[in-house]
Amino acid sequence: MALIYDLFVQVAQLLLVLALAPLLTGYIRKIKANLLRRQGPPLLQPYRDLLKLIRKEVVLAENASWIFRVAPYLVFATTLIAASLVPTFATGLVFSSAADLIAIVALLGSARFILALAGLDVGTSFGGIGSSREMMIASLAEPAMLMIVFTLSLLAGSTQLSSVSAFMQGPDVGLRVSLGMALVALIMVAVAENARIPVDNPATHLELTMIHEAMILEYSGRHLAVIEAAASLKLLLYFSLIACLFAPWGIATAGQGVVAMAIGVASYIAKLAAGGLLLAVFETGTAKMRVFRVSDFLGAALMLGLLAALLLFVSRSV
Amino acid sequence: MALTVLLICVGVFLGSGVWAVLGNRSSSTSFWVYSFSLAGSTLALCVAVVALIDTEAPTATLQLPIGLPWLGAHFRLDALSALFIVVVNLGSLTASLYGLGYGRHEQTPGRVLPFYPTFLAGMNLVVLADDAFTFLLAWEFMSLASWALVMAHHRIGANLKAGYIYLLMASFGTLTLLLAFGLLAGADGGYDFAAMRAATPSAGLAAAVLAMALIGAGSKAGLVPLHVWLPLAHPAAPSHVSALMSGVMTKVAVYGFVRIVFDLLGPPDWWWGGAVLVLGGVSAVMGVLYALMQHDLKRLLAYHTVENIGIIFIGLGLALCFQANEMQLAAALALTAALFHVFNHSVFKSLLFFGAGAVLGATGERDMERLGGLIHRMPLTAIAFLVGSIAISALPPFNGFVSEWLTFQAILLSPKLPQWLLKLLVPAVGAMLALSAALAAGCFVKAFGASFLGRARSEAAQNAEETDAASLTAMFLLVLVCLLAGILPGYFMDALAPVTRQLLGAQLPLQQQMQWLTIVPIATGRSSYNGLLLFAMIAVAGFLAVYVIHRWASHAVRRSAIWDCGFPDDSPAAQYSAGSFAQPIRRVYGAVVFRAREEVDMPAPGDCRPAKFHVHIRDLIWDALYAPLESVVGFVADWLSKVQFWTIRAYLTLVFSTLVGLLVVLSIWH
Repeated sequence: MALIYDLFVQVAQLLLVLALAPLLTGYIRKIKANLLRRQGPPLLQPYRDLLKLIRKEVVLAENASWIFRVAPYLVFATTLIAASLVPTFATGLVFSSAADLIAIVALLGSARFILALAGLDVGTSFGGIGSSREMMIASLAEPAMLMIVFTLSLLAGSTQLSSVSAFMQGPDVGLRVSLGMALVALIMVAVAENARIPVDNPATHLELTMIHEAMILEYSGRHLAVIEAAASLKLLLYFSLIACLFAPWGIATAGQGVVAMAIGVASYIAKLAAGGLLLAVFETGTAKMRVFRVSDFLGAALMLGLLAALLLFVSRSV
Repeated sequence: MALTVLLICVGVFLGSGVWAVLGNRSSSTSFWVYSFSLAGSTLALCVAVVALIDTEAPTATLQLPIGLPWLGAHFRLDALSALFIVVVNLGSLTASLYGLGYGRHEQTPGRVLPFYPTFLAGMNLVVLADDAFTFLLAWEFMSLASWALVMAHHRIGANLKAGYIYLLMASFGTLTLLLAFGLLAGADGGYDFAAMRAATPSAGLAAAVLAMALIGAGSKAGLVPLHVWLPLAHPAAPSHVSALMSGVMTKVAVYGFVRIVFDLLGPPDWWWGGAVLVLGGVSAVMGVLYALMQHDLKRLLAYHTVENIGIIFIGLGLALCFQANEMQLAAALALTAALFHVFNHSVFKSLLFFGAGAVLGATGERDMERLGGLIHRMPLTAIAFLVGSIAISALPPFNGFVSEWLTFQAILLSPKLPQWLLKLLVPAVGAMLALSAALAAGCFVKAFGASFLGRARSEAAQNAEETDAASLTAMFLLVLVCLLAGILPGYFMDALAPVTRQLLGAQLPLQQQMQWLTIVPIATGRSSYNGLLLFAMIAVAGFLAVYVIHRWASHAVRRSAIWDCGFPDDSPAAQYSAGSFAQPIRRVYGAVVFRAREEVDMPAPGDCRPAKFHVHIRDLIWDALYAPLESVVGFVADWLSKVQFWTIRAYLTLVFSTLVGLLVVLSIWH
């Protein structure tokens, strides 16, 4: 019986992230528009966009191979599984032993690998430029992310997200320099990984500095819809990750009752709203940087992560 | 019994090598040589797998009355050698299968067929040897046979240089190994391994042996800065031999290092691990950066071997650190990670070289700038190469990820090490490992994208044909192993437990007892990974997404011209090339590591000359280490060449004065 309840919570979590992801994207767009004194599209616009795209036919380049057609679904499935393994409203999910934090980072890496290949498949210059820059950014963002993982798991004595989250809720945490550095580095990585300003601009097409949008330029119809859904899932994943690691208040633990779960869901949505607001304000107040300045930006994130880990290695408290 | 069978397999290899020399030069020779190699390695693989899994099996030893008269030839089959026999023969099984198809196109079979089985015999004998003489003899056998294979296409100028440098480095490596064994044997000359194991060398002597083993085995394995021969020699050989050299022979070198340092040398000092860690970390990052700068598919793969050897040595270095501090369980984890990566790398590197060989056979091209679009012409090879690319990039659900994940878990145990230097070193090495994994993914997007995706960049790529059935069977066999080791890693880790028990006296908890085939290296609350569950979940989610969308939404497809934002260019030259793909990474890392300079020659308006773009890359390791050595050797050789033109009187004087000099030295000595 307990297993069925746990399984239900796991599936509920999967459906929750799936349902909330486009809303988060719409919410951030709305706030950004409001900050610029525009009215902006309605909150539900991303859902409508997805529905519209799904109904349209796919226009496929003549020399597109099977990779081009399979990639959207693979990217979507991989991102969805990764997102459903990050605790949102409850920890100790039934499948959480399948992948620890390192494996979740690697799953996102697999999705990126496939998408970068799809960008090269048709053989256009835009697709190539997007893929090549995406991999350059990943080559710095991934090690930075792993250094953050190191820092957290050294503190918590585990790479398992549930354990780390429980540790961060517990009394042993205290204020630490390492944690502050890791948080800053994690936010920098999240900004870069989700192609947000100042690394990339999610709202533009046809700007020479673009990365993610260039890679998926040849996509249309349902393929594009699936890729867009995967992109908003990835954004939600990073929000959930930051929330469950650095703001784990209100998260229910496995086996708790319905009330605790409801509190968990409510606090999760509140955290998303706060995070989305911060991201929108940050993006509105920042200018996009040149693509070769990104390496400095992410290099700083990597160094912060490494410093955070080193501090823990040399401090006696581990 | 098992050992006898293995030696008979070696005999089969040697016999078919001799037969290839004596036999007629008909086309059937190739078939029979590869068939015998296939049969021999299949048998050896089965025997070794049984010996490895059967934990009750005692260590088998055998002494044959050949070799040095007072020593004989000792052979031994224990868990460590059984593991490496598995690695060697899995590689040679698939390479022989591949050779059945690929070898038919060989223009000079007489230069390949005698040496191929000899090479296999040499590698098996190194792993089975139980005394220094047999070990070195087999090691030289392996080196020279592979050298002959590198020189198979000796009319290509670059191959001559590759063969020359390989011969120099191989001789140098054997020399240092000889010295290492000499130091281990001591003044009494106990050249069998049992005597070396019993002896306890002093700290200084042990450090010297470690240095010699690192140079000797490291030069064969391709540790930076001893890697220079590897990217020249591995691609020069026929592709199935390249696979064996890169995937398997480097692992035999790792075996040599593990055998000497973990087994023969006795308990380690803590700084040994630090030295190995630094070499491993530098090799991992430098190897992948070199690979990113390459446009030659096979050379790119050879540089990736340098990277993966670095990852293996990171694991070995960690194991030494933990062992020196008597943290046996952590050492077992690090050693398991390293040995699992040995196995994994041999699998996916062979697979990738087979794929590169298929491309080379179909197009005659190794230069990625002249390939492209092969996924349409060679769909099955493309699938195999894609799986190999994902696996080597350490991405789930394939096997490369599992061994790197285990290495990361070992790194996370290192704050408990008491030495301050190691506390500072290990996280830095961890960052290097993460960096090399991320760069490897970029490199293989480039390799696969430039060769198989996009539009064909040359006529040869346009008209390529899918490779033959034997080669495809070999490749898909390895694809299967990549997937199985990725989703069921617990069984493979359990198979490594006897090895860690033999070398460290400790082993990880048995993974088969874990729930749902999850792997849990230390404790459930600490870390776990379940590749099977992830694979199943992704598959289910993917199929559900496809089903839902095609059931309730549009499934119309219209084929049309490329869009490219409204400015498509029909010329394949307009697409992104391998060089342009690597450009951002070259700008970020290459400016420091390779002193990369870009030179743009843009004619003024009205000037009709074509614009030119040049990239200058310097190999700083070659410039700093090998170029000065080369010039010194050249200078000495020039100077000594005068000796050739002396008169007979001068020669006699030289001989006489040498004799007198030696006698004087001898009289002073006593």
